[in-house]
Amino acid sequence: MERELRLMKGNEAIAEAAIRAGVDGYFGYPITPQSEILEYLMEANPAETTGMIVLQAESEIAAINMVYGGAGCGKKVMTSSSSPGISLKQEGISYIAGAELPCLIVNVVRGGPGLGTIQPAQSDYFQSVKGGGHGDYHLIVLAPASVQEMADFVELSFDLAFKYRNPVLILSDGAIGQMMEKVYLKPQKPRATEFPDWATTGKSASRERNIITSLDLDPEGQEEFNHKLQAKYAEISKNEVRFEEFQCEDAEYLFVAYGTSARVCQKSVQIAREQGITAGLLRPVTLFPFPSVRINELAGKIKGILSVEMSSGQMVEDVLLAVNGKVQVKHFGRMGGIVTTPEEVVEKLKSFFIGG
Amino acid sequence: MTEEIIIAGFGGQGVLSMGKIMAYSAVMQDMEVSWMPSYGPEMRGGTANVTVIISSERISSPIIRHFDTGIILNQQSLDKFENAIKPGGVLIYDGNGITRHPERKDISIYRVDAAEEAARMNSSKTFNMVVLGGFIKVRPIIKLENVIKGLKKSLPERYHSLIPMNEKALIRGEEIITVVHKA
Amino acid sequence: MLEATGLKEIIKPENLTYRRSEVLVDNTLSYCPGCGHGTTHRILAELIEELGLQSQTIGISPVGCSVLLYHYLDVDIQQAAHGRAPALATAIKRLLPDKFVFTYQGDGDLAAIGTAETIHACNRGENILIIFVNNGIYGMTGGQMAPTTLIGMKSSTSPRGRDVKTMGNPLKMTDIVATLPGTYYVTRQSVHTPANVRKTKKAMRKAIEYQKLNKGTCFVEIVSNCPSGWRMTPVESNKWMEANMIPFYPLGDLKTPAE
Repeated sequence: MERELRLMKGNEAIAEAAIRAGVDGYFGYPITPQSEILEYLMEANPAETTGMIVLQAESEIAAINMVYGGAGCGKKVMTSSSSPGISLKQEGISYIAGAELPCLIVNVVRGGPGLGTIQPAQSDYFQSVKGGGHGDYHLIVLAPASVQEMADFVELSFDLAFKYRNPVLILSDGAIGQMMEKVYLKPQKPRATEFPDWATTGKSASRERNIITSLDLDPEGQEEFNHKLQAKYAEISKNEVRFEEFQCEDAEYLFVAYGTSARVCQKSVQIAREQGITAGLLRPVTLFPFPSVRINELAGKIKGILSVEMSSGQMVEDVLLAVNGKVQVKHFGRMGGIVTTPEEVVEKLKSFFIGG
Repeated sequence: MTEEIIIAGFGGQGVLSMGKIMAYSAVMQDMEVSWMPSYGPEMRGGTANVTVIISSERISSPIIRHFDTGIILNQQSLDKFENAIKPGGVLIYDGNGITRHPERKDISIYRVDAAEEAARMNSSKTFNMVVLGGFIKVRPIIKLENVIKGLKKSLPERYHSLIPMNEKALIRGEEIITVVHKA
Repeated sequence: MLEATGLKEIIKPENLTYRRSEVLVDNTLSYCPGCGHGTTHRILAELIEELGLQSQTIGISPVGCSVLLYHYLDVDIQQAAHGRAPALATAIKRLLPDKFVFTYQGDGDLAAIGTAETIHACNRGENILIIFVNNGIYGMTGGQMAPTTLIGMKSSTSPRGRDVKTMGNPLKMTDIVATLPGTYYVTRQSVHTPANVRKTKKAMRKAIEYQKLNKGTCFVEIVSNCPSGWRMTPVESNKWMEANMIPFYPLGDLKTPAE
């Protein structure tokens, strides 16, 4: 399979990969630092080539509800935004989870709370992984750490979304969205011509009508549905944990970090080792499901874990749950749009665990 | 081989596009690259900077605090980044508008008066190519021919007629860059 | 037995004067006695059947009394978040342009929380039918003030009557969307008398046919009653509607195609 090499921003890579993955519709609203996704798609005008619909909605709220409508028809549809916009989408995301619709949501995270800043942050972990909207639900959350993964995770997201009838979130940040790297693009895939049997595509005489809803006024029914959802999440947790390890074999100290922070920590591992500290990095690729089992295994072999995230310490709660007291766990991260530097991380590791 | 570069100056000086062409050129040489811009409102008339990393290996952090080479195009950026250059590293600057010149003794300092040269060439838009020419002279990690290839790749077809002029500017940059201090 | 009562004669096909539309599911309607929703559902079902659109239809139910529309119409239906039906319809119609797509919304859904979605879908001229049932009150949540509640009209959140100074004026959404270039056919009807039912059916039939011709947004308001919310008997509520609602929301076409 021939792959095309390009130098692209993460945001552009997502947009191009969406066209090539045969996505049927993108619905978005401008917000920094991810507007290039909508801009790229409008410029590329895939309606003329693949037939993909690209629409600038009147709001984030309208955009996510367009995604609901399109997903309900069994189409591959997506939206993207950045933190404040993702907050606006949460009602719609909850409905999508409740109606069990497959779709892709991209969050190119910026610093918060409120209007915050437009610079990169990772302070939307709780919102992404623990729910975000109302009710007991989970998104499948993928955390790309390179422009290549921004592209690759589009198709992966739709595979997972349709496999489990569940919304998938790509949790990126302003750094990966704005950064350019080499990316190998897959060839164009045709858009799907067949749709799942649950989709609302017009009731043919041979089947019952299809209904897309998250409503069940009967609490017994609603509880039963919740059990079904939880069983699905358990299945996802069993099958879909993804992570990457760097120099963990002999590590005495472990960094746990995703996305941009994982890139930073890769460098920190190198710096630490130059100073005689055998550090390693575990990088969760899926944040839900979280690689708890592997972290727990590693916790038995090391002296300390530093969870690094550009936040006040959100993912560290999942690391603590995974470690379950086996070893000391600390958090470090800059906030408000400041990217942690590799040197700072090493200094923190030393001050927390080694002294001096 | 890994070269970590910061390019910094005013918005509108072609800082980001110089970085982009540098990155494209490195891709032509089959190397790994990352291009990480400062972004947002500060770019509109304010300062702009971009971190370019070129490496023969997979690049770890695209955001770094210390650099092998600094290409500095205004006073503000000089004040901000002079001390961010690693000992033994390289600082390239344009003397235009600089009132406090670089002072470090543990780095090599080069001066390329690109603004003046671009004005002389009657083509202020090639300013950043004169600077880039100076860079490839003192840090020959990317080849001129690959910069031309990179230009072709990064410029839309309708601008390809401008490539010869840019090539001329690159060569002028190679010629006019001077050593101020060698570490 | 049948012979004795003459029923056998009555059920001869040639004597048939009314039958339940096959697009109506045999479920008991959850609407209150005298409510206009049932009649409106029936009209919609009959048209879908008569125009042969059952396999082509995708409907969108709102949040409000008609949230359970999918219990009653035998077509594919998506249930939308409160106010967002036109956003769903936009995507569905764009992705499946050959299907017949309609939203069915109440006044709270369409004219309060969903104002932006309504205006922008109409402004883009989305090729959909918006059915807007306006009874001037939030029925399902127990009779609170709606954007369309008349001045002085009592509700559980305007117990002394709607006061313009503190609660604003009733919103004429249909008049607003009629001004937008994206709408093609905008009309206001009612279903409280047989004659009005016939007119509404005719209007809705036109709207559906315009959608087939890709003409843009068609918007049909149905001024209706809410006997429970208004605290009236069905008959009283219809009389009150005629005396109060219709003078403020006059029936008829607001925008017709230049033919």
